[in-house]
Amino acid sequence: MATAAAVRKTALNETMRKAGGKMVDFHGWELPIQFEGILKEHAAIRNSAGVFDVSHMGQLFVTGADSFKLLQKTNANDLRKAVAGKGVYSHLLNEKGGLVDDIIAFCLALNRYLVIVNAATSEKDFNWLSAQAARMNVKVENKSDDYSMIAVQGPNVPKMMELMAPEAVKLPRFGIAGKKLFGADCFISRTGYTGEDGFEITAPHAVITGIWNQVMELGKPYNLIPCGLGARDTLRLESGYLLYGVDADDDHTTYEANYGWVVCLDKGGFTAKDLLVKQKTEGVKRKLTGVALTSAGVPRPGCKVFWNGKELGELASATYSPTLKKGIGVGYLSAPGLKTGEPLEVEIHGKKVPAEVHKVPFHKGTAFTFKL
Amino acid sequence: MPKPEEVKYTKTHEWLHVQGPEATVGLSDHAQHEMGDIVFVELPKADQAVEKEKPCAIVESVKSAFDIHAPVSGRISALNEGVAKEPVLVNQSPLDKAWLFKIKLSNPAQVKDLMDWTAYQEFIKQGRG
Repeated sequence: MATAAAVRKTALNETMRKAGGKMVDFHGWELPIQFEGILKEHAAIRNSAGVFDVSHMGQLFVTGADSFKLLQKTNANDLRKAVAGKGVYSHLLNEKGGLVDDIIAFCLALNRYLVIVNAATSEKDFNWLSAQAARMNVKVENKSDDYSMIAVQGPNVPKMMELMAPEAVKLPRFGIAGKKLFGADCFISRTGYTGEDGFEITAPHAVITGIWNQVMELGKPYNLIPCGLGARDTLRLESGYLLYGVDADDDHTTYEANYGWVVCLDKGGFTAKDLLVKQKTEGVKRKLTGVALTSAGVPRPGCKVFWNGKELGELASATYSPTLKKGIGVGYLSAPGLKTGEPLEVEIHGKKVPAEVHKVPFHKGTAFTFKL
Repeated sequence: MPKPEEVKYTKTHEWLHVQGPEATVGLSDHAQHEMGDIVFVELPKADQAVEKEKPCAIVESVKSAFDIHAPVSGRISALNEGVAKEPVLVNQSPLDKAWLFKIKLSNPAQVKDLMDWTAYQEFIKQGRG
Protein backbone atom coordinates (compact mmCIF):
# COMPACT_ATOMS: atom_id res chain seq x y z
CA MET A 1 0.00 0.00 0.00
CA ALA A 2 1.31 3.40 -0.91
CA THR A 3 1.30 5.96 1.88
CA ALA A 4 0.42 9.62 1.47
CA ALA A 5 -0.56 8.92 -2.14
CA ALA A 6 -1.86 11.85 -4.13
CA VAL A 7 -5.63 12.08 -4.14
CA ARG A 8 -7.06 10.48 -7.28
CA LYS A 9 -9.33 12.39 -9.61
CA THR A 10 -12.09 10.87 -11.69
CA ALA A 11 -12.50 11.71 -15.37
CA LEU A 12 -15.45 13.87 -14.33
CA ASN A 13 -13.46 15.96 -11.81
CA GLU A 14 -13.49 19.16 -13.87
CA THR A 15 -17.19 18.66 -14.71
CA MET A 16 -18.02 18.23 -11.00
CA ARG A 17 -16.17 21.43 -10.09
CA LYS A 18 -17.86 23.42 -12.83
CA ALA A 19 -21.25 22.13 -11.66
CA GLY A 20 -20.50 23.57 -8.21
CA GLY A 21 -19.40 20.39 -6.47
CA LYS A 22 -17.86 20.85 -3.02
CA MET A 23 -14.93 18.48 -3.39
CA VAL A 24 -13.62 16.29 -0.56
CA ASP A 25 -11.11 13.48 -0.18
CA PHE A 26 -13.16 10.29 -0.02
CA HIS A 27 -10.88 7.33 0.70
CA GLY A 28 -8.23 8.76 -1.60
CA TRP A 29 -10.63 9.98 -4.31
CA GLU A 30 -11.56 13.58 -4.84
CA LEU A 31 -15.35 13.59 -5.15
CA PRO A 32 -18.18 16.06 -4.50
CA ILE A 33 -19.74 15.78 -1.03
CA GLN A 34 -22.56 18.02 -2.24
CA PHE A 35 -23.56 20.57 -4.84
CA GLU A 36 -26.33 22.88 -3.59
CA GLY A 37 -27.12 20.90 -0.46
CA ILE A 38 -27.59 17.40 0.88
CA LEU A 39 -31.30 17.84 1.71
CA LYS A 40 -32.13 19.18 -1.75
CA GLU A 41 -30.19 16.38 -3.45
CA HIS A 42 -31.70 13.72 -1.21
CA ALA A 43 -35.20 15.01 -2.02
CA ALA A 44 -34.43 15.12 -5.76
CA ILE A 45 -33.51 11.42 -5.79
CA ARG A 46 -36.56 10.43 -3.70
CA ASN A 47 -39.04 12.58 -5.68
CA SER A 48 -37.63 13.20 -9.15
CA ALA A 49 -34.10 12.48 -10.38
CA GLY A 50 -30.40 12.95 -9.69
CA VAL A 51 -27.04 11.85 -11.00
CA PHE A 52 -23.82 10.89 -9.17
CA ASP A 53 -20.24 10.44 -10.29
CA VAL A 54 -19.36 7.02 -8.87
CA SER A 55 -16.21 6.49 -10.95
CA HIS A 56 -14.30 5.46 -7.83
CA MET A 57 -16.17 2.12 -7.93
CA GLY A 58 -14.14 -0.80 -9.28
CA GLN A 59 -14.67 -3.21 -12.17
CA LEU A 60 -13.30 -6.74 -12.18
CA PHE A 61 -13.81 -8.97 -15.21
CA VAL A 62 -13.96 -12.72 -14.62
CA THR A 63 -13.81 -14.78 -17.81
CA GLY A 64 -13.14 -18.33 -18.89
CA ALA A 65 -14.59 -21.83 -18.58
CA ASP A 66 -14.39 -21.80 -14.75
CA SER A 67 -15.66 -18.24 -14.20
CA PHE A 68 -19.01 -19.42 -12.82
CA LYS A 69 -17.24 -22.00 -10.66
CA LEU A 70 -14.92 -19.36 -9.15
CA LEU A 71 -17.71 -16.89 -8.39
CA GLN A 72 -20.04 -19.58 -7.06
CA LYS A 73 -17.30 -20.81 -4.71
CA THR A 74 -16.34 -17.37 -3.36
CA ASN A 75 -19.82 -15.82 -2.99
CA ALA A 76 -22.62 -16.20 -0.45
CA ASN A 77 -25.34 -15.71 -3.05
CA ASP A 78 -26.21 -18.21 -5.78
CA LEU A 79 -24.62 -17.16 -9.07
CA ARG A 80 -27.16 -19.28 -10.94
CA LYS A 81 -29.48 -16.30 -10.45
CA ALA A 82 -27.10 -14.27 -12.61
CA VAL A 83 -28.15 -15.61 -15.99
CA ALA A 84 -26.78 -13.77 -19.03
CA GLY A 85 -27.94 -10.15 -18.83
CA LYS A 86 -28.56 -10.23 -15.10
CA GLY A 87 -26.63 -9.49 -11.96
CA VAL A 88 -26.84 -10.55 -8.35
CA TYR A 89 -25.96 -8.63 -5.19
CA SER A 90 -23.66 -10.78 -3.11
CA HIS A 91 -21.03 -11.00 -0.40
CA LEU A 92 -17.55 -12.12 -1.30
CA LEU A 93 -16.67 -14.28 1.71
CA ASN A 94 -13.44 -14.92 3.55
CA GLU A 95 -12.74 -18.20 5.37
CA LYS A 96 -14.35 -16.90 8.59
CA GLY A 97 -17.61 -16.03 6.82
CA GLY A 98 -16.71 -12.34 7.00
CA LEU A 99 -17.01 -10.04 4.03
CA VAL A 100 -14.07 -9.49 1.72
CA ASP A 101 -16.46 -7.08 0.03
CA ASP A 102 -20.07 -6.62 -0.98
CA ILE A 103 -20.42 -6.69 -4.74
CA ILE A 104 -22.72 -7.01 -7.72
CA ALA A 105 -21.74 -9.82 -10.12
CA PHE A 106 -23.24 -9.41 -13.59
CA CYS A 107 -23.23 -12.20 -16.14
CA LEU A 108 -22.55 -10.47 -19.47
CA ALA A 109 -22.51 -13.72 -21.47
CA LEU A 110 -21.62 -17.34 -20.91
CA ASN A 111 -18.28 -17.46 -19.05
CA ARG A 112 -18.02 -13.68 -18.89
CA TYR A 113 -18.78 -11.72 -15.71
CA LEU A 114 -18.46 -8.08 -14.69
CA VAL A 115 -18.06 -7.69 -10.94
CA ILE A 116 -18.68 -4.19 -9.55
CA VAL A 117 -16.68 -3.77 -6.36
CA ASN A 118 -16.06 -1.01 -3.82
CA ALA A 119 -13.33 1.52 -4.50
CA ALA A 120 -11.14 0.89 -1.48
CA THR A 121 -11.37 -2.89 -1.88
CA SER A 122 -10.89 -3.39 -5.63
CA GLU A 123 -7.25 -4.44 -5.29
CA LYS A 124 -8.01 -6.64 -2.30
CA ASP A 125 -10.93 -8.31 -4.13
CA PHE A 126 -8.78 -8.85 -7.20
CA ASN A 127 -6.06 -10.48 -5.10
CA TRP A 128 -8.57 -12.61 -3.21
CA LEU A 129 -10.32 -13.86 -6.36
CA SER A 130 -6.99 -14.47 -8.09
CA ALA A 131 -5.76 -16.55 -5.15
CA GLN A 132 -9.00 -18.55 -5.10
CA ALA A 133 -8.69 -19.15 -8.84
CA ALA A 134 -5.58 -21.32 -8.50
CA ARG A 135 -5.81 -24.39 -10.75
CA MET A 136 -8.97 -23.06 -12.38
CA ASN A 137 -9.36 -22.18 -16.02
CA VAL A 138 -10.33 -18.57 -15.39
CA LYS A 139 -8.95 -15.09 -15.91
CA VAL A 140 -9.51 -12.35 -13.32
CA GLU A 141 -8.74 -8.83 -14.50
CA ASN A 142 -8.90 -5.57 -12.56
CA LYS A 143 -10.12 -2.99 -15.08
CA SER A 144 -11.02 -0.37 -12.45
CA ASP A 145 -8.57 2.12 -13.95
CA ASP A 146 -10.21 1.83 -17.38
CA TYR A 147 -13.79 2.72 -16.48
CA SER A 148 -15.79 5.63 -15.18
CA MET A 149 -19.25 5.19 -13.76
CA ILE A 150 -22.29 7.35 -13.12
CA ALA A 151 -25.50 6.52 -11.26
CA VAL A 152 -28.73 8.09 -12.54
CA GLN A 153 -31.36 7.60 -9.85
CA GLY A 154 -34.92 8.57 -8.99
CA PRO A 155 -38.53 7.84 -9.95
CA ASN A 156 -38.38 10.10 -13.05
CA VAL A 157 -35.29 8.39 -14.44
CA PRO A 158 -36.96 5.64 -16.53
CA LYS A 159 -38.98 8.28 -18.43
CA MET A 160 -35.90 10.33 -19.28
CA MET A 161 -33.84 7.26 -20.16
CA GLU A 162 -36.41 6.41 -22.86
CA LEU A 163 -34.72 9.13 -24.87
CA MET A 164 -31.17 7.92 -24.32
CA ALA A 165 -31.36 4.14 -24.08
CA PRO A 166 -34.90 2.82 -24.60
CA GLU A 167 -33.74 -0.79 -24.32
CA ALA A 168 -32.44 -0.07 -20.79
CA VAL A 169 -35.92 0.90 -19.63
CA LYS A 170 -37.04 -2.67 -20.36
CA LEU A 171 -34.39 -4.09 -18.02
CA PRO A 172 -35.55 -5.79 -14.82
CA ARG A 173 -33.92 -4.90 -11.48
CA PHE A 174 -30.28 -6.01 -11.67
CA GLY A 175 -30.54 -6.39 -15.42
CA ILE A 176 -27.59 -5.26 -17.53
CA ALA A 177 -27.16 -4.48 -21.22
CA GLY A 178 -24.22 -3.54 -23.40
CA LYS A 179 -24.78 -0.25 -25.21
CA LYS A 180 -22.79 1.92 -27.60
CA LEU A 181 -22.68 5.45 -26.24
CA PHE A 182 -20.67 8.11 -28.07
CA GLY A 183 -19.12 5.29 -30.08
CA ALA A 184 -17.78 3.41 -27.07
CA ASP A 185 -18.85 0.07 -25.56
CA CYS A 186 -20.64 0.81 -22.29
CA PHE A 187 -22.81 -1.08 -19.84
CA ILE A 188 -26.15 0.06 -18.44
CA SER A 189 -27.56 -1.76 -15.42
CA ARG A 190 -30.78 -1.25 -13.47
CA THR A 191 -29.04 -0.89 -10.15
CA GLY A 192 -28.16 1.74 -7.59
CA TYR A 193 -27.38 2.59 -4.00
CA THR A 194 -30.25 4.95 -3.24
CA GLY A 195 -33.33 2.74 -2.87
CA GLU A 196 -34.91 4.38 -5.92
CA ASP A 197 -35.32 3.04 -9.42
CA GLY A 198 -32.53 4.03 -11.77
CA PHE A 199 -29.50 3.02 -13.74
CA GLU A 200 -25.75 2.82 -13.43
CA ILE A 201 -23.71 3.47 -16.54
CA THR A 202 -20.19 2.05 -16.77
CA ALA A 203 -18.18 3.62 -19.57
CA PRO A 204 -14.61 4.27 -20.70
CA HIS A 205 -13.18 7.59 -19.43
CA ALA A 206 -13.12 9.10 -22.93
CA VAL A 207 -16.91 9.16 -23.26
CA ILE A 208 -18.10 9.68 -19.66
CA THR A 209 -18.20 13.49 -19.87
CA GLY A 210 -20.36 13.28 -22.99
CA ILE A 211 -22.68 10.85 -21.24
CA TRP A 212 -22.87 13.03 -18.12
CA ASN A 213 -23.71 16.11 -20.19
CA GLN A 214 -26.37 14.22 -22.11
CA VAL A 215 -27.95 12.96 -18.87
CA MET A 216 -27.96 16.52 -17.47
CA GLU A 217 -29.58 17.84 -20.66
CA LEU A 218 -32.19 15.08 -20.94
CA GLY A 219 -32.89 15.35 -17.23
CA LYS A 220 -33.82 19.04 -17.27
CA PRO A 221 -37.56 18.51 -17.83
CA TYR A 222 -37.47 15.81 -15.14
CA ASN A 223 -35.90 18.02 -12.45
CA LEU A 224 -32.66 16.07 -12.46
CA ILE A 225 -29.78 17.64 -10.51
CA PRO A 226 -26.18 16.59 -9.83
CA CYS A 227 -25.82 14.93 -6.42
CA GLY A 228 -22.91 14.27 -4.08
CA LEU A 229 -21.68 11.68 -1.62
CA GLY A 230 -23.54 13.31 1.27
CA ALA A 231 -26.96 12.53 -0.21
CA ARG A 232 -25.70 9.16 -1.44
CA ASP A 233 -24.95 8.23 2.18
CA THR A 234 -28.29 9.37 3.65
CA LEU A 235 -30.16 7.62 0.81
CA ARG A 236 -28.32 4.33 1.18
CA LEU A 237 -28.64 4.29 4.98
CA GLU A 238 -32.41 4.89 4.80
CA SER A 239 -32.53 1.99 2.33
CA GLY A 240 -30.59 -0.32 4.65
CA TYR A 241 -27.69 -0.76 2.23
CA LEU A 242 -24.32 -1.60 3.76
CA LEU A 243 -21.33 0.70 3.56
CA TYR A 244 -18.31 -1.56 3.29
CA GLY A 245 -15.58 -0.73 5.79
CA VAL A 246 -18.17 0.81 8.13
CA ASP A 247 -21.20 -1.51 8.43
CA ALA A 248 -19.51 -4.57 6.97
CA ASP A 249 -15.97 -5.88 7.02
CA ASP A 250 -13.79 -8.98 7.25
CA ASP A 251 -14.73 -9.51 10.89
CA HIS A 252 -18.53 -9.57 10.63
CA THR A 253 -20.43 -12.31 8.82
CA THR A 254 -23.33 -11.92 6.42
CA TYR A 255 -25.73 -13.19 9.11
CA GLU A 256 -24.35 -10.71 11.63
CA ALA A 257 -24.86 -7.95 9.08
CA ASN A 258 -28.54 -9.04 9.01
CA TYR A 259 -28.19 -9.90 5.34
CA GLY A 260 -29.13 -13.57 5.74
CA TRP A 261 -31.18 -13.42 2.51
CA VAL A 262 -27.91 -13.19 0.58
CA VAL A 263 -26.71 -16.59 1.83
CA CYS A 264 -27.88 -19.52 -0.33
CA LEU A 265 -27.01 -22.58 1.72
CA ASP A 266 -28.59 -24.93 -0.83
CA LYS A 267 -26.34 -23.99 -3.74
CA GLY A 268 -23.58 -26.53 -3.01
CA GLY A 269 -20.18 -25.91 -1.48
CA PHE A 270 -18.74 -22.41 -1.01
CA THR A 271 -16.25 -20.56 1.15
CA ALA A 272 -17.08 -20.67 4.90
CA LYS A 273 -20.33 -22.58 4.30
CA ASP A 274 -19.86 -24.79 7.39
CA LEU A 275 -19.35 -21.77 9.60
CA LEU A 276 -22.39 -20.04 8.18
CA VAL A 277 -24.57 -23.16 8.54
CA LYS A 278 -23.52 -23.32 12.19
CA GLN A 279 -24.25 -19.64 12.70
CA LYS A 280 -27.66 -19.97 11.09
CA THR A 281 -28.53 -22.92 13.36
CA GLU A 282 -27.16 -21.45 16.58
CA GLY A 283 -28.04 -17.83 15.87
CA VAL A 284 -25.76 -14.81 15.99
CA LYS A 285 -24.50 -13.12 19.15
CA ARG A 286 -24.49 -9.66 17.61
CA LYS A 287 -26.52 -8.27 14.76
CA LEU A 288 -26.53 -5.09 12.71
CA THR A 289 -29.67 -3.47 14.09
CA GLY A 290 -31.64 -0.43 12.98
CA VAL A 291 -31.98 2.36 15.56
CA ALA A 292 -34.13 5.49 15.29
CA LEU A 293 -34.24 8.35 17.76
CA THR A 294 -37.64 9.06 19.28
CA SER A 295 -36.62 12.60 20.22
CA ALA A 296 -34.60 15.37 18.56
CA GLY A 297 -30.88 14.94 17.92
CA VAL A 298 -28.45 13.59 15.37
CA PRO A 299 -26.70 10.29 16.10
CA ARG A 300 -23.21 9.81 14.66
CA PRO A 301 -20.98 6.80 14.00
CA GLY A 302 -19.47 5.64 17.30
CA CYS A 303 -22.42 6.67 19.49
CA LYS A 304 -23.04 4.05 22.19
CA VAL A 305 -26.40 2.26 22.32
CA PHE A 306 -28.03 1.22 25.61
CA TRP A 307 -30.94 -1.07 26.43
CA ASN A 308 -32.29 -1.02 29.99
CA GLY A 309 -29.08 0.72 31.01
CA LYS A 310 -26.85 -1.95 29.50
CA GLU A 311 -24.44 -1.01 26.72
CA LEU A 312 -25.13 -3.14 23.66
CA GLY A 313 -22.63 -1.72 21.22
CA GLU A 314 -22.18 1.38 19.10
CA LEU A 315 -23.56 2.78 15.88
CA ALA A 316 -21.54 2.04 12.76
CA SER A 317 -23.44 4.38 10.45
CA ALA A 318 -25.71 7.12 11.72
CA THR A 319 -27.11 10.37 10.43
CA TYR A 320 -30.16 12.58 10.19
CA SER A 321 -32.73 10.93 7.93
CA PRO A 322 -34.20 13.55 5.59
CA THR A 323 -37.13 11.26 4.71
CA LEU A 324 -38.04 10.16 8.25
CA LYS A 325 -37.01 13.57 9.63
CA LYS A 326 -35.25 12.02 12.60
CA GLY A 327 -31.95 10.52 13.61
CA ILE A 328 -31.28 6.98 12.38
CA GLY A 329 -28.39 4.53 12.44
CA VAL A 330 -27.30 0.93 12.36
CA GLY A 331 -24.96 -0.79 14.76
CA TYR A 332 -23.81 -4.23 15.81
CA LEU A 333 -25.81 -4.77 19.00
CA SER A 334 -25.12 -7.67 21.34
CA ALA A 335 -28.83 -8.46 21.75
CA PRO A 336 -29.82 -9.88 18.36
CA GLY A 337 -33.38 -10.74 19.42
CA LEU A 338 -34.61 -7.20 20.05
CA LYS A 339 -37.99 -6.48 18.47
CA THR A 340 -38.94 -3.43 16.44
CA GLY A 341 -40.09 -0.67 18.76
CA GLU A 342 -38.05 -1.90 21.73
CA PRO A 343 -36.91 1.22 23.65
CA LEU A 344 -33.20 2.07 23.53
CA GLU A 345 -31.00 5.01 24.40
CA VAL A 346 -28.25 6.51 22.26
CA GLU A 347 -25.47 8.49 23.88
CA ILE A 348 -25.00 11.76 21.99
CA HIS A 349 -22.64 14.49 23.24
CA GLY A 350 -22.48 12.70 26.60
CA LYS A 351 -26.26 12.54 27.07
CA LYS A 352 -28.56 9.55 26.70
CA VAL A 353 -31.25 10.28 24.12
CA PRO A 354 -34.42 8.13 23.79
CA ALA A 355 -34.49 5.84 20.76
CA GLU A 356 -36.00 2.58 19.58
CA VAL A 357 -35.22 -0.47 17.50
CA HIS A 358 -36.33 0.31 13.94
CA LYS A 359 -36.94 -2.01 11.03
CA VAL A 360 -34.42 -1.94 8.19
CA PRO A 361 -34.80 -0.61 5.52
CA PHE A 362 -35.94 2.55 7.26
CA HIS A 363 -37.59 3.65 4.02
CA LYS A 364 -38.59 1.70 0.92
CA GLY A 365 -38.21 3.72 -2.28
CA THR A 366 -39.17 2.79 -5.82
CA ALA A 367 -36.37 0.20 -6.08
CA PHE A 368 -38.24 -1.87 -3.48
CA THR A 369 -41.63 -1.59 -5.17
CA PHE A 370 -40.23 -2.02 -8.68
CA LYS A 371 -42.45 -3.53 -11.37
CA LEU A 372 -41.70 -3.68 -15.08
CA MET B 1 -31.96 42.65 12.39
CA PRO B 2 -28.30 43.72 12.63
CA LYS B 3 -26.30 44.09 9.44
CA PRO B 4 -23.27 41.77 9.09
CA GLU B 5 -21.04 44.85 9.46
CA GLU B 6 -22.65 45.78 12.77
CA VAL B 7 -21.79 42.68 14.78
CA LYS B 8 -18.58 41.26 16.24
CA TYR B 9 -17.13 37.88 15.31
CA THR B 10 -15.16 35.09 17.00
CA LYS B 11 -12.52 32.83 15.49
CA THR B 12 -15.02 29.99 16.00
CA HIS B 13 -17.55 31.80 13.74
CA GLU B 14 -20.12 33.05 16.24
CA TRP B 15 -21.45 36.58 15.88
CA LEU B 16 -22.20 38.84 18.83
CA HIS B 17 -24.49 41.86 18.79
CA VAL B 18 -24.14 43.97 21.92
CA GLN B 19 -27.16 45.98 23.06
CA GLY B 20 -26.37 47.58 26.39
CA PRO B 21 -25.80 45.03 29.17
CA GLU B 22 -26.99 42.18 26.94
CA ALA B 23 -25.65 40.62 23.72
CA THR B 24 -27.28 38.38 21.12
CA VAL B 25 -25.31 35.39 19.72
CA GLY B 26 -25.65 33.42 16.49
CA LEU B 27 -23.66 31.53 13.87
CA SER B 28 -22.02 33.54 11.08
CA ASP B 29 -23.32 33.43 7.53
CA HIS B 30 -19.94 32.10 6.40
CA ALA B 31 -20.13 29.21 8.88
CA GLN B 32 -23.70 28.20 8.01
CA HIS B 33 -22.73 28.18 4.35
CA GLU B 34 -19.72 25.97 5.03
CA MET B 35 -21.72 23.57 7.20
CA GLY B 36 -24.57 23.02 4.77
CA ASP B 37 -28.11 22.02 5.75
CA ILE B 38 -28.63 22.52 9.49
CA VAL B 39 -30.94 19.86 10.95
CA PHE B 40 -30.56 20.23 14.72
CA VAL B 41 -29.89 22.95 17.28
CA GLU B 42 -29.28 22.34 20.98
CA LEU B 43 -29.55 25.54 23.01
CA PRO B 44 -27.97 26.26 26.40
CA LYS B 45 -30.16 26.12 29.52
CA ALA B 46 -32.06 29.17 30.65
CA ASP B 47 -30.06 31.21 33.17
CA GLN B 48 -26.97 29.02 32.61
CA ALA B 49 -23.61 30.67 33.34
CA VAL B 50 -21.37 30.66 30.24
CA GLU B 51 -17.68 31.29 29.94
CA LYS B 52 -15.89 33.04 27.09
CA GLU B 53 -14.70 30.59 24.40
CA LYS B 54 -16.28 27.56 26.11
CA PRO B 55 -18.88 25.48 24.18
CA CYS B 56 -22.44 26.08 25.36
CA ALA B 57 -24.66 25.01 22.42
CA ILE B 58 -24.55 22.67 19.41
CA VAL B 59 -25.57 23.16 15.81
CA GLU B 60 -25.62 20.06 13.60
CA SER B 61 -25.72 19.65 9.85
CA VAL B 62 -26.48 16.37 8.07
CA LYS B 63 -22.77 15.59 8.05
CA SER B 64 -21.35 17.03 11.26
CA ALA B 65 -21.78 18.64 14.67
CA PHE B 66 -20.48 22.12 15.40
CA ASP B 67 -19.95 23.54 18.91
CA ILE B 68 -21.19 27.05 19.58
CA HIS B 69 -18.85 28.87 21.95
CA ALA B 70 -19.85 31.74 24.18
CA PRO B 71 -18.13 34.80 22.66
CA VAL B 72 -18.09 36.43 26.10
CA SER B 73 -18.70 35.38 29.70
CA GLY B 74 -22.01 35.93 31.44
CA ARG B 75 -25.39 34.38 32.06
CA ILE B 76 -27.96 33.20 29.50
CA SER B 77 -30.81 35.70 29.54
CA ALA B 78 -32.91 34.55 26.55
CA LEU B 79 -33.19 31.53 24.26
CA ASN B 80 -34.58 31.35 20.73
CA GLU B 81 -36.86 28.30 20.93
CA GLY B 82 -37.97 29.00 17.36
CA VAL B 83 -34.60 28.02 15.91
CA ALA B 84 -34.58 24.80 17.97
CA LYS B 85 -37.93 23.92 16.39
CA GLU B 86 -36.85 24.98 12.91
CA PRO B 87 -33.07 24.50 12.56
CA VAL B 88 -33.13 25.38 8.83
CA LEU B 89 -33.49 29.02 9.94
CA VAL B 90 -29.74 28.95 10.63
CA ASN B 91 -29.25 28.58 6.85
CA GLN B 92 -32.03 30.93 5.84
CA SER B 93 -31.59 33.77 8.28
CA PRO B 94 -28.36 33.40 10.31
CA LEU B 95 -28.29 36.99 11.60
CA ASP B 96 -31.98 37.48 12.23
CA LYS B 97 -34.46 34.66 12.80
CA ALA B 98 -31.69 32.23 13.78
CA TRP B 99 -30.23 34.17 16.70
CA LEU B 100 -29.48 31.42 19.23
CA PHE B 101 -29.37 33.02 22.69
CA LYS B 102 -28.68 36.20 24.62
CA ILE B 103 -26.02 36.67 27.26
CA LYS B 104 -26.10 39.15 30.14
CA LEU B 105 -22.47 40.24 30.07
CA SER B 106 -20.42 39.75 33.24
CA ASN B 107 -17.31 41.34 31.76
CA PRO B 108 -18.18 43.81 28.97
CA ALA B 109 -14.49 44.52 28.38
CA GLN B 110 -14.22 41.11 26.65
CA VAL B 111 -16.12 42.48 23.66
CA LYS B 112 -13.09 44.34 22.43
CA ASP B 113 -11.22 41.02 21.99
CA LEU B 114 -13.61 40.10 19.17
CA MET B 115 -13.12 40.78 15.46
CA ASP B 116 -15.04 43.41 13.58
CA TRP B 117 -16.46 42.71 10.10
CA THR B 118 -13.29 43.71 8.26
CA ALA B 119 -11.04 41.63 10.49
CA TYR B 120 -13.41 38.64 10.20
CA GLN B 121 -13.41 38.88 6.39
CA GLU B 122 -9.61 38.90 6.48
CA PHE B 123 -9.64 35.94 8.91
CA ILE B 124 -11.83 33.91 6.49
CA LYS B 125 -9.73 34.90 3.48
CA GLN B 126 -6.59 33.61 5.18
CA GLY B 127 -8.29 30.22 5.32
CA ARG B 128 -8.21 29.98 9.08
CA GLY B 129 -11.96 29.60 9.18
